[in-house]
Parts: sequence; C-alpha cells; structure tokens
Amino acid sequence: MDILQILSAVLLGLGAILGVVGAIGILRFPDFYTRMHASGITDTLCTGFFIGGLMLQFGMTLASVKLLLIFMFMLFTCPTATHALAKAARHGKLKPWTRADADAGLSNEGRVS
Amino acid sequence: MKHMTGLLFFLALLWWVLSGYTKPLLISLGIVSVLFVAFVAHRMDVVDEESHPLHLSLKLIRYWLYLLGQIVISNVKMVLIILSPRPDINPRIITVRTAQRSELGKVVLGNSVTLTPGTVTLQVEGDMIEVHALNDDSAKDVEQGTFDQRVPASIEEKS
Repeated sequence: MDILQILSAVLLGLGAILGVVGAIGILRFPDFYTRMHASGITDTLCTGFFIGGLMLQFGMTLASVKLLLIFMFMLFTCPTATHALAKAARHGKLKPWTRADADAGLSNEGRVS
Repeated sequence: MKHMTGLLFFLALLWWVLSGYTKPLLISLGIVSVLFVAFVAHRMDVVDEESHPLHLSLKLIRYWLYLLGQIVISNVKMVLIILSPRPDINPRIITVRTAQRSELGKVVLGNSVTLTPGTVTLQVEGDMIEVHALNDDSAKDVEQGTFDQRVPASIEEKS
C-alpha cells in the first residue's frame, strides 16, 4: 500500500460517509424544501470525494480527465435539477415548513395550501 | 470568428480526451464529426459570447476555486446540523436584490447559491432572486451578497 492508495481509500471512505449523512438528513428534516438542502451534500462534496478518490486510483491518465469532466458536468446539472424541483414545488403551492408553525403544533408536512 | 475557433478547439480537445484514439483513420473521422458539429452550431446561431464566454475564462476559474471553498465550508456546516441531536433549522424564504445585470450573471449567481448546501434558489425575476434558506446562518450569507460581489464583473461585458 503506497501513500496514494491510502489517500484514495480515505477520500472514498469520506465520500461514503457523506452519502450516508445526506441520507440521514433527508430522513430527519421536516419537509420537501429542507430535505433538498440535505441532498445538496450528496450532490456536491460527496461526489467530489468519490471522483477525487477514483482519480487517485487512475493517476495521470485519460480516465482521470474524464472523471474531472464528469465532476464539472455534475456541478452544472445538479443545481439546475434542484432548482427545477424547487420551482415545481413552489408552483404546486407546497407550503414550506417553518419553525413558527411547528411551535404552534401544526404539522404541515406535504400540505398544499 | 474568435468564438468559432474556440468552439473548434474545445470540440477537438473534448473528442480526443473522451476517445483517446491515435490512429489516423479514427482521428480524421473525429475531425469530420467536429466540423459537422461546428457547422450545426453555426446554423443554429448559438456560437456567441453567451455560450462561449472566452473573455472571462481565467476569472471564471478563480471564481470556481472560491466557490469550491464555499461549498466545502457550507457542507461541513450542513453535516454538523444534520448530525446534531436537535437540528438548528429555521427555514425561511428570503428575497434579495442582485447586482447582476446580464442573464448569464444571474444564472451563475443562482446556480452558485443552489450549489452551496443550505440555500436553494427558488425563482429569479427581474433583479430579485428568491432563496429558500435552511437557517439564520445560511440566510445571512445570501443577504450579505458575498457571492453577488464575487461573480466576475466582466461577465457583463459583451466582447
């Protein structure tokens, strides 16, 4: 095991942990909009760690350049998809969860106003 | 003309990076397909400074590095929020005025805001952007408009 292999393993492990954390966030957060923030972790840093770890595996080859391109495309497409979802929810008049409503004992999970 | 040269160069580079072929026959086929794509793009009239912002390549790279730093920071904040026993969330929708004049500038700003976990752009209308923020901290980041100032100013200029 040389140093690159260890570093690559660390990055892949961190990416996996972040993926799990993102999933926990999606389960724990109260409504659609807040869950989108949790999925942002898997979109960005989790993917980044995975791609970084895989690039270390391949070294200075064309495969690494392709992985970097995939990462760049992810950085363009992920926010677009997230925005499309959020806008669709907004047009569908899905009411965002707020702290005040929750304190008043109203659970408005998925409620359409 | 400058944009056409840039497009040809990027297409050729992309073709070679994705294929990795060095045989003369395959390379000539690649050249033919690159020329065909450039021809179609020219016919569609999409070769301009919006699709190929050549004039700000270097500034854009500096902005990306800054953006990557911000993404890492807000990711760490998000992980702490998710894993804390009582998540400190207080979601609200805020509307901020953006300093961006051009369409491209607004798109870059909106995408940057969505990319950083904790804030999602809901709507861009005129020079106002509507953002869903997870808590006070992330709302403050958007209200202060740090991204807004960092988006390369030359994105405005038409080359």
